[in-house]
Amino acid sequence: MDKFTTLTGIAAPMPLVNIDTDMIIPKQFLKTIQRSGLGVNLFDEMRYDRDGNELPDFVLNQPAYRQAEIIVAGDNFGCGSSREHAPWALLDFGIRCVISTSFADIFFNNCFKNGILPVVLPQEAVDALMEDARKGANARMTVDLENQTVTTSDGVSFAFEVDPFRKHCLLNGLDDIGLTMEKAPAIQSFESQMAQARPWV
Amino acid sequence: MTVDSKPAAARTLYDKIWDAHVVDRQPDGTCLLYIDRHLVHEVTSPQAFEGLRMTGRTVRAPERTIAVPDHNVPTTWDREQGIDNEESRIQVEALDRNAREFGVVYYPVNDIRQGIVHIVGPEQGWTLPGMTVVCGDSHTATHGAFGALAHGIGTSEVEHVLATQTLIQKKSKNMKVEVTGRLAPGVTAKDVVLAIIGKTGTGGGTGHVIEYCGEAIRGLSMEGRMTVCNMAIEGGARAGLIAPDETTFAYVKGRPHAPKGAQWEAAVAWWKTLFSDDDAQWDKVVTLRGEDIAPTVTWGTSPEDALPITATVPAPEDFTGGKVEAARRSLDYMDLTPGTPLTDIAIDAVFIGSCTNGRIEDLRAAADVLRGRTLAPGVRGMVVPGSGLVRAQAEEEGLDRVFKDAGFEWRLAGCSMCLGMNPDQLAPGERCAATSNRNFEGRQGYKGRTHLMSPAMAAAAGVAGHLVDIRAFAAEMA
Repeated sequence: MDKFTTLTGIAAPMPLVNIDTDMIIPKQFLKTIQRSGLGVNLFDEMRYDRDGNELPDFVLNQPAYRQAEIIVAGDNFGCGSSREHAPWALLDFGIRCVISTSFADIFFNNCFKNGILPVVLPQEAVDALMEDARKGANARMTVDLENQTVTTSDGVSFAFEVDPFRKHCLLNGLDDIGLTMEKAPAIQSFESQMAQARPWV
Repeated sequence: MTVDSKPAAARTLYDKIWDAHVVDRQPDGTCLLYIDRHLVHEVTSPQAFEGLRMTGRTVRAPERTIAVPDHNVPTTWDREQGIDNEESRIQVEALDRNAREFGVVYYPVNDIRQGIVHIVGPEQGWTLPGMTVVCGDSHTATHGAFGALAHGIGTSEVEHVLATQTLIQKKSKNMKVEVTGRLAPGVTAKDVVLAIIGKTGTGGGTGHVIEYCGEAIRGLSMEGRMTVCNMAIEGGARAGLIAPDETTFAYVKGRPHAPKGAQWEAAVAWWKTLFSDDDAQWDKVVTLRGEDIAPTVTWGTSPEDALPITATVPAPEDFTGGKVEAARRSLDYMDLTPGTPLTDIAIDAVFIGSCTNGRIEDLRAAADVLRGRTLAPGVRGMVVPGSGLVRAQAEEEGLDRVFKDAGFEWRLAGCSMCLGMNPDQLAPGERCAATSNRNFEGRQGYKGRTHLMSPAMAAAAGVAGHLVDIRAFAAEMA
């Protein structure tokens, strides 16, 4: 997993609420057995017509936002399925940070496993960042994980909360399976106790 | 492990199951949670198994890992001859190879026990009260019906569980959803859960584990309880659960992987301690009166767009905030006009199946409506049993003939048109009365339009050719 420290980039405004995982990556692209290559199909049904032509109104098709690395979104971003293809598609497109008032739990979790930072901020802050994002390619937003701030192109900063363990893993690009494997003795011990207490499991 | 220790304070059911599975706890509250059952399907697992292979890791507890292909499999009767779509075939073959190579429990596509993973688990007795159950699928919440802590995980976590049989977790908040009193005739578990989501919204359960309780929930069969818990995720909660009781024990007893003999007695003794203490603390409480719940359908493209069938299509101005624009988009996508009675909405297709409503009681309820009736002209219908065993049971009861006589296609088990990863899809613009769980844009097929409802309501809509109130249906057809 790539580290996430500080990101300065273009933010695409997507004010729609309840952007679901089927919108982020429709089911026909879940048939892959790889993690990579999904960026071209990110938001596929919003982004292309049936013949594969780009729909010019869609934000990521507009010249200003084709290189976006941040999305500022409406409430409850990522609701729906557990498909990790959603963060894989975002990452493959180049998105490293999504900012919203709220995220669906599973999607939120999946982001951290892939070096994407989901930032939760109050409505007023998201509204301000949405306005900043609407300014286009010349307005670059900065997300600083170490200091837990998002700063607009005008220099207005908003502080955000992040779980310390997840922050640590993101800052250092840590693979948490390796960390858990170091606790194998504790797992072994739990299993022995469970075999006594709940042998039917 | 705290299975036998006395509770220090009043706890919820979720607290108790959590406490019994903590392997390790960090000062910041991050826990390593032991996973009793890991269910695996072909779509969210190939990258996880590949990760194990690349790092030389093995599956820590293959006997607790149960794999079954369901999302991609064709449901047509010729599927023994293989899968036409190359990508789907490769994905199912990958599961086949991974299951055998890593030695996990496996129900291949032509095994009579194959079906939707969330139907197979309970059916085979893999899902038991008090367990932790995960799967790379958000509808894992289904298993909460047994009083298990069950939720969906992403593929990275699938790999983590395969390698370590644990999950890194922080505890969620406790939310109680109580449905008091009794349900009116014609009102089912599906109506209950749609009504709950209509009230709480799709984000209402975010960050919480929901416990469903109250007389109306208690009165549901295990299959009805599975329908309710299945859609906890549509209300934003990763997990929803119901305290186990005699209904639960009766359902579990005698299933292939349920405990037997003395172990059964010991298990039931522990299961009977799995309930929320009277003075347990809740972070959020929502109460509905069972008597107030009407047969419920969705009109839009979010499961929270649920209304009693007696209502009319809302207008964007009926909402506030970001929902105004979302409703406008939904109405446009669904091609609906505000003020239209929901019962005036004509349909083109009926889908009966899915992990929400693909069990035997669901098929019986739909067949009861269809007996001696046929689909309206121009309406197509498909029934997809949730597992091979559900199909066999239905055929033994003659339900397949009822469906076929009514003009439905009778299919083999799989996820099918709930998400249309296989060829079972809606055509653009086609409108479907569906017993599944999501009405998202494109969910059942590109530009397809989905109205969620109960099996009886979907069957009745098929006969009438438009959405109907099941309570008025008999009179209308007489």
